[in-house]
Amino acid sequence: MSAVTQRANPLTAGRLPRWSNLAVLAASAAVFGVALGLTAAASGAAFPVPAFVIATVLGYLVLLVLLSRVVEGPRKAKDRLMRNLVVAAFLLALTPLISLIVTVVGRGAARFDIAFFTESMRNVTGEGGGVLHAVVGTLEITAAATLISVPIGLLTAIYLVEYGRGWLARAITFFVDVMTGIPSIVAGLFAFSLFLLLFGPGSRMGLSGAVALSILMIPVVVRSSEEMLKLVPRDLREASYALGVPKWRTILKVVIPTAIAGISTGVMLAIARVIGETAPLLITAGFTQSMNYDLTDGDMMSLPVFVYNSYISQGVDAQAYIDRAWAGALTLILIVMLLNLLARLVAKIFAPKLGR
Amino acid sequence: MSAAVNDPAAGLRSRRIGDAVFAGMSRWAGALILIVLAAVAIFLVAQALPALIQGTDEGESFLAYVLPLAFGTVWAAALALAMAIPVAVGIALFISHYAPRRLAAGLGYVIDLLAAVPSVVFGLWGIQVLAPATVPLADWLTANLGWIPLFAGPASGTGRTMLTVAIVLAVMILPIMTAMCREVFLQTPRLNEEAALALGATQWEMITMSVLPYGRPGIVSAAMLGLGRALGETMAVAMVLSPATVISFALVTTQNPATIASNIALNFPEAHGLGVNTLIATGLVLFVITLAVNALARWYVNRRTVSA
Repeated sequence: MSAVTQRANPLTAGRLPRWSNLAVLAASAAVFGVALGLTAAASGAAFPVPAFVIATVLGYLVLLVLLSRVVEGPRKAKDRLMRNLVVAAFLLALTPLISLIVTVVGRGAARFDIAFFTESMRNVTGEGGGVLHAVVGTLEITAAATLISVPIGLLTAIYLVEYGRGWLARAITFFVDVMTGIPSIVAGLFAFSLFLLLFGPGSRMGLSGAVALSILMIPVVVRSSEEMLKLVPRDLREASYALGVPKWRTILKVVIPTAIAGISTGVMLAIARVIGETAPLLITAGFTQSMNYDLTDGDMMSLPVFVYNSYISQGVDAQAYIDRAWAGALTLILIVMLLNLLARLVAKIFAPKLGR
Repeated sequence: MSAAVNDPAAGLRSRRIGDAVFAGMSRWAGALILIVLAAVAIFLVAQALPALIQGTDEGESFLAYVLPLAFGTVWAAALALAMAIPVAVGIALFISHYAPRRLAAGLGYVIDLLAAVPSVVFGLWGIQVLAPATVPLADWLTANLGWIPLFAGPASGTGRTMLTVAIVLAVMILPIMTAMCREVFLQTPRLNEEAALALGATQWEMITMSVLPYGRPGIVSAAMLGLGRALGETMAVAMVLSPATVISFALVTTQNPATIASNIALNFPEAHGLGVNTLIATGLVLFVITLAVNALARWYVNRRTVSA
């Protein structure tokens, strides 16, 4: 057989040039652009952009795979197909993100003014009004939730890392995992039933919302603090013990200061997670149009509930309500992004100097 | 030990007291978590009991009330999961194996941004932007694929359908699933990958031979985690879906089964008397469903890590 000399070298022969991807994409876009454009013009309709994009991408994939199969063989063709699909998956995920940010900023800007942050909704039925009552409510409820969750969460993490042996530690680890999976609305129902039992029916108040949020916050704080405390090298603890420092002072003066950056990052991320929660606050803290500074007295508005409520119960001048909802959404996103950014900054600047 | 002998007795005693107090405090904080969780279960059961025994306000049995809701919850979450898994795996592969090294971390952060968006904003976006955008798609589906039960007509004119809800839920669970898959894919042993490439495998063959088999437990637990999130998601569903009391697989009609969580959010503010108990009982059902899903995920992950 002389086939050996006849066969082309598979490593060098049969390759599509580098620009083939772009060329095929352009060809596909041109073909479908003209075809859909003519159909649209013939029927007098507007140019169908989504159909054009879908058709172009599909045409591009089919054409490229066929071309590659003929020139490069089936294995290369499959590789090309999957590479393009993976990139497509990423671009597909970016679409909702970009659409969401553009919409929120675009529609939220209409009412993102000074009055929006200096007025409440008391006696407002049409245009005007603001979210001051909701911002105050959100800040107070979240602060209270943080005050409840951080000591409990941090102490639990210390117990798990420094003391925890035996069944109690195992049970706590397991149930913290379980707690991570509690749906937020169930946390709200729990806080509601607890306060129903303690204060009788009709007792909606900010504190109840704070309890609900701390149920969601505690497992996050425990998890992140535990990870950070585990990162503190054993050497540091042992050096401290060798100097005769008792265990509790070692934890307070050596372990926690070393891990404090990571712990505060974890706490901020936990706050960022619960500050956007709507469902539990809707159930526990209720809603109101007036200022309420007192966590223990009556309904308290919060920013996410404000957004929800503005959209769900639109008044006479519906557009004013929708505008306020979008401006509230913009405020909420800005707060969450700011918290995330701050958390990353803290993690970066105060990173523990472990000398590794 | 001998160093302690030189310490004054008073110092020793305060040290022992300090240690005891601190250890006790941290142990009680841990125990408090167990107590709270037990309280959650007990309170929910106690509040749910009247509805479980007597049925709802309208006199129907609780089971008949909760069944369509439970179906809607599971159906919406399953649809969202079916959409999110391929995309999440794709993104994770893109970030871990396809994207240029220097861009990868930044791209990962962009996807994480999605996780920072509160659910109520997703709801607002879903109803105002996504729902109208799906109307032509729904019309096309019912006109051309209407013979498939999934796409049976008549199409909803508002876009407040199961399809829209599933898309919103899929977008919401995407970041956490991507993050988890990415983490696992990055841990694939480098030697396995290079061995595959050295044998002449294309990049995709390398991924199917070394990365995906290694990452399968990670993908499964990411899916379970995403499922847990989708089951409990409230506001986005409550705002987008136009609910009805039906059990129906149809995706694009006006008759959509509501989910447990959205039903609670929509009806709780006006509920009173037995209505409150009924809603809390449905919450208990949701709690049990998510608990089962999460436990299954933990069990699967732990089994793999022990045997590995």
